[in-house]
Amino acid sequence: MAARRSRYLHLHMWLLFTFLYLPIVVLVVLSFNASGLPTSWGGFSLEWYRDLLSNEDLLASIKNSLIVAGYVTAISTVLGTFLAIGLQRTVRSRVLDSVLFLPAVIPDIVLAIGLLSFFNLLRFTLGIHTIVIAHVVFDMIFVAAIVRTRLGYFDRRIEEAAADLGANPVKTFLLVTLPAIMPGVVAGALVAFTLSIDEFVIAFFNSGPGSITFPIRVYSMIRFGVTPVINAVAAIVMVVSLLTMLIALRLTRPKGERSANLGVGA
Amino acid sequence: MTGVAAPARRARGRVWGPRAVLLGPGVAWWVAFFLIPVGVLIAYSFFRRGPYGGVIYEPTLKNYARAFDSLYIGVLWTSVRIASIATAVSLLLAYPAALFITRAPARWRVPLLVLVILPFWTSFLIRTYAWIVLLNPAGLINKMLIGGGVIDEPLPLLYNEFAVTLGLVYAYLPLMVLPIYASLERLGPQPSEAAADLYATPSQVLRKITIPLTLPGIVAGCIFVFVPSLGNFIVPDLLGGGQTVMIGNVIQQQFLQARDWPFGAVLAMSVIALMVVVLAVQAQVHRRTQEVEHGRAA
Repeated sequence: MAARRSRYLHLHMWLLFTFLYLPIVVLVVLSFNASGLPTSWGGFSLEWYRDLLSNEDLLASIKNSLIVAGYVTAISTVLGTFLAIGLQRTVRSRVLDSVLFLPAVIPDIVLAIGLLSFFNLLRFTLGIHTIVIAHVVFDMIFVAAIVRTRLGYFDRRIEEAAADLGANPVKTFLLVTLPAIMPGVVAGALVAFTLSIDEFVIAFFNSGPGSITFPIRVYSMIRFGVTPVINAVAAIVMVVSLLTMLIALRLTRPKGERSANLGVGA
Repeated sequence: MTGVAAPARRARGRVWGPRAVLLGPGVAWWVAFFLIPVGVLIAYSFFRRGPYGGVIYEPTLKNYARAFDSLYIGVLWTSVRIASIATAVSLLLAYPAALFITRAPARWRVPLLVLVILPFWTSFLIRTYAWIVLLNPAGLINKMLIGGGVIDEPLPLLYNEFAVTLGLVYAYLPLMVLPIYASLERLGPQPSEAAADLYATPSQVLRKITIPLTLPGIVAGCIFVFVPSLGNFIVPDLLGGGQTVMIGNVIQQQFLQARDWPFGAVLAMSVIALMVVVLAVQAQVHRRTQEVEHGRAA
């Protein structure tokens, strides 16, 4: 009986993984399809990747996204790390945690139009800077959650030892705490970068004519005619973000620890 | 841990200095660019629309009155229905998966979980786009079904409510697995073993022990799927093809096409109101389960 149920669960798991990965695999395979059609295989080709490299609009949008994600990663990593340490060490409140986490829980369209109204009220011109401001709001929270996971494994007595040996707080932080939680900080930065590069809804509402980001460009490509170039774009994005997240996951927990936690479902 | 709390706390003060330095910048950013913008949105919902977006500062309740038009109530109902179905389907798919991972050998659990979450961290747009490729009349699924002799004519899989629901399940399924796994892991195998020793059948164990005791994880998962599904506009936009309209699409239209920001803000308020209701339910479930657990401990 139990064996039969476990066989059922096994099958269920396989079907689930097929469901999760089939679309991704199909896109990657199609990106090499010379015929450009989703239904017939015309042989292996790198044509769509070449097309991608000569698409000026697309390249410009990638540049914008990299600029946005660069700023967002830098700012949210610093703010998020401080926030994590501050929350871990001073205020311990489930309520405060959940309230601070709201920007990540609330549907993104609400945050998007809230910020648009706010920028409108202050007569901000929309551009790279408004997207950066918006992305940091939720990215820093993800960084904080990830750094906190890592802080949970950190033995505070090492800090106390450093303080007893005469290190001032800043020195203790830079020489003891930061190196110890560094993998968590790097993981947080990688997640922040990935989230910002991929974020569409908030950027869509808060971008100006000169600040079209990569997802906005991809959206308009999908919206106004599916072309095989999108498959190539998709394949690259999938592979790069999967690798980034694998690295981030590795870094979140020390070797030998068994809990995968990326802030979601914590 | 608690035994050394007092000296540790003194050391904490010494090592960490004022809280303001650590919490200040992040909290300030949060207030300035989350709390205040949401406040502005609430305020905008009470003003008259401006000619090209924005508002005219004349207070009115007309926007709220308009939201009760059957058209918008209908859209809201469609959104709630689609998000609920997507949540239920995700739960049915996720619970057995979480059970499987919990029962897998220890060294397999983290890799399996990682495999479940990974797709969630890749581009949302592109994952949604993948389903256009798979579901369209000339797409892979229809072609396989025709090739296999199951059907003669391509099925209308794309640009309807089915496609939207599928897209939402695909997008948020990992968020259902994680909290359920966490609560199964926390529960451990003992309660179900004890019940099995007392001659409960496997299905009785599942219905009377495992599922009730992992209810907080189930509720958390449902919220993680329901809330972003409810306000979603990418999935209905790309997979609904204008046929299936959800509240997110209407909000987007009001802001970017109709330029009626106050009314868009009112519709956003309805999303927030539904979210608050859902979170209140969660708090209630959480409290009840804690009471049960304390009862068990006593």
